[in-house]
Amino acid sequence: MKVSAGDRLPALKVDVTARTVIMGASSSRDWQPQHHDHAWALNRAGTRDIFLNTPNQGGWIERYLTDWTGPAGRLGKMRFRMRRSICVGDALVFDGVVRSVSTDAAGCTWADVDVTLSVGEDSATECVARIAVPASDADNPWARRGDDWTPDAPGPLELNSQRS
Amino acid sequence: MTALTEPEVQAWVGRTKEDPPGDIVCERGYILHWLEATENANPLYWDDAVAQDLTGGPTAPPSMLSAWMRPLQFVPGRNEKRMPLSLHFALKEALGLPEGIVAYNEMTLGVPVRPGDSVRTMQRIREISEPKTRRLGTGRSWIIDVTYTNQNGEVCGVETYEMFAYVREPKP
Repeated sequence: MKVSAGDRLPALKVDVTARTVIMGASSSRDWQPQHHDHAWALNRAGTRDIFLNTPNQGGWIERYLTDWTGPAGRLGKMRFRMRRSICVGDALVFDGVVRSVSTDAAGCTWADVDVTLSVGEDSATECVARIAVPASDADNPWARRGDDWTPDAPGPLELNSQRS
Repeated sequence: MTALTEPEVQAWVGRTKEDPPGDIVCERGYILHWLEATENANPLYWDDAVAQDLTGGPTAPPSMLSAWMRPLQFVPGRNEKRMPLSLHFALKEALGLPEGIVAYNEMTLGVPVRPGDSVRTMQRIREISEPKTRRLGTGRSWIIDVTYTNQNGEVCGVETYEMFAYVREPKP
């Protein structure tokens, strides 16, 4: 897979419904009430409505990345900071841009990708992910084990807002 | 809010707790539910031939890691309520902070989780903030590291969460 710094990933739009939020909570087995109980979210949690839970946001981000890499892409590391709850009724947009590409000592090619989850003008979640991509037709990141699979090898992975 | 002194609060830093394996093992139906929820068409999880070719058989999406450690909400004969990330909930209770959100998450992924695998966690409190007030209320944030291992002792991943637990501000 040929990847270069600056490559842009296609945008992904998701209209967040109650089903989106509740199915996300159910599939991650997260029964905290703010992810399925509207009255609790408003009156106890103090949020606008029920909102996407953390594992489900991680799942959407992984899906967004592997839509781009194809099935051979293997997620190694990701960080995300949730600045604003993503609630029912939000029009969520994923955008991504490749920050850098590197090859570690084991020959694994890594793409560091900045991903933003936006609602309107607001950046709701800021993410950076490191995903292994095949360096050639013969390379398979999923075959890597032990010392051949080191997502921390390319160095620190910081959110844009953490970088000096 | 708690009556604990600051040194008593900070004594939680460095505490660890190991939770037993989740009540369910990794299985295909739940993987499909995850894919359904994220509208994920990755053939690695839908096409057994692709899975065999790339990963030597079916796996769960790596980001699904935490699903496998969560306890069932009902088990016959079990009287105590089990919570996922039990160390986090124990700290919330000790500090008297009834509400909580996750502000930050980090995952570093290891060996894939496969159908039939069971996953246990080791949790560790890394740091606890001073009291603070945010839009949602007044409380504290803390960082907890969670290591996930399979039944063979292999590390499937390490997660770091930054939690904010709080008491809501009364409405004016």
